[in-house]
Amino acid sequence: MNRNLTCIICPRGCSLTVEGEKDNLVVTGNACPKGKQYAIDECTHPTRTVTSIVRVENRVDTMVSVKTAAPIPKENIFDVMEKIRAAKVQAPIVAGTVILSDVYGTEVIATKTVL
Amino acid sequence: MREHDIVVVGGGPAGLAAAIAAYDSGVTDVVVLDRESSVGGILRQCIHNGFGLHKLGRELTGPEYADVYRCEVEKRGIRVYCETTVTGVTADRVVTAQNKEGVLKIKAGAVVLAMGCRERSRGALNISGTRPAGVYSAGTAQKFINCEGYMVGKKVVILGSGDIGLIMARRMTFEGAKVEAVCELMPYSGGLTRNIVQCLEDFGIPLYLSTTVAEIHGKERVEGVTIAQVDENRRVIEETKRYIPCDTLLLSCGLIPENELTRGAGIPIDPITSGALVDENRQTEIPGIFACGNVLQVHDLVDYVSDEAEMAGIGAASFVKNGAVSGKTVETKPGNGVRYVLPQRVHTESGKDVSLFLRVTQPFPKVRFTVKSGDVVLATAQRLKAAPGEMEKITVKSEKLQGAQEPITVSLEVL
Repeated sequence: MNRNLTCIICPRGCSLTVEGEKDNLVVTGNACPKGKQYAIDECTHPTRTVTSIVRVENRVDTMVSVKTAAPIPKENIFDVMEKIRAAKVQAPIVAGTVILSDVYGTEVIATKTVL
Repeated sequence: MREHDIVVVGGGPAGLAAAIAAYDSGVTDVVVLDRESSVGGILRQCIHNGFGLHKLGRELTGPEYADVYRCEVEKRGIRVYCETTVTGVTADRVVTAQNKEGVLKIKAGAVVLAMGCRERSRGALNISGTRPAGVYSAGTAQKFINCEGYMVGKKVVILGSGDIGLIMARRMTFEGAKVEAVCELMPYSGGLTRNIVQCLEDFGIPLYLSTTVAEIHGKERVEGVTIAQVDENRRVIEETKRYIPCDTLLLSCGLIPENELTRGAGIPIDPITSGALVDENRQTEIPGIFACGNVLQVHDLVDYVSDEAEMAGIGAASFVKNGAVSGKTVETKPGNGVRYVLPQRVHTESGKDVSLFLRVTQPFPKVRFTVKSGDVVLATAQRLKAAPGEMEKITVKSEKLQGAQEPITVSLEVL
């Protein structure tokens, strides 16, 4: 494998190069250890944090913003989005409240408080 | 007339951080005025993650980042007046505001301006064609979708590759829309590389550089746009015109600091940053009036907005306690490859290190920045790359600054 990536962990956006075989990947160009891990993950099982909104049923024109508490597999982004779209919530909701449990090994939680 | 030690205009990330820093510097009579129904500013609609890595050491969404600061404000008992619009600030620090109770006049010991910025509109871009529904600035679309749950369109073209445009390309895709293209007038993107990767490349959305929207089509609703490549003078190349059917056009073509109040107070504005001229404490040319955040210079990261707001908050508290900082100042100036340097004026004998913030004129590979006063080198810094979309920071040590007589110039050379 020989792949060029841009690290998305922080705004610095290091240009990474990944070389070698699946079990022995060599990463160069990273400014920190997180970049190395990102490059290896990206080449083996890429993940992303998904953020979206859920309508608050008992409030007029009110949305609560949500996110996956941990990154989920990249290929499941749209499946997670569908689950989030189908979710129903009622206020009051405090930031951190679990909106959906057991979503690809993590949870979807509220990122905003709606009283 | 009411009196308060410090009045902060705007309760976004800058205003909140300034208020907290002022309070923590020992001036507890601080009030924050905001025109919206709750504080947090633009972060309220930025539901994506990526905030706080530098400042807080963890990755948060916009609402979460704002909430960290809102809680700190509450903890200190700093008074926040929402749905209160400031209509005027005078050079002698009388702040006039309006809310449902009427008109409020406050005599302030110091004022911190933290009004943020607004988006460049279609009118300012001079795009020809009809004027149908379906043309939004990217931030307006973001507010409709994320705060009000109103989806703005299904087939989208985005003009401008600033971060908001990139974030919205992903957001619209998440919500089931098809983003046909992101067009960028310049030969490079103004957004962060990581956003190009995770917002466009992840979803196969094409980014066309040196390309603009030449015409908008549609009577009631947008039916399509004509896009075209531009030459080195940014003029449309006729034979490259092509039609893309779509129902929505989002504009992400730059942010403009919202400085009506600043101008109203007679505060001089830097023509490049479109924000006030300030010293290293973020004091404007009028003593006792400070500015920070996107109203001063458009930032790439909110983390740096918070940093800057703390400087303004500390500066304002010091002004209330000790009066204006005296001592010799020198100007700062952009040199080769540098578009602007902020602060535009620096006290040389303050005994404190000073960080200079700047943006480069175009993308560069490996560069070295040199900070000079006359022929004396005050600081150097190397970067593996530099891009106009990313703010650079170079710190000058106090001992180097001491005795500097000539204006301070920051220039770069490609290595």
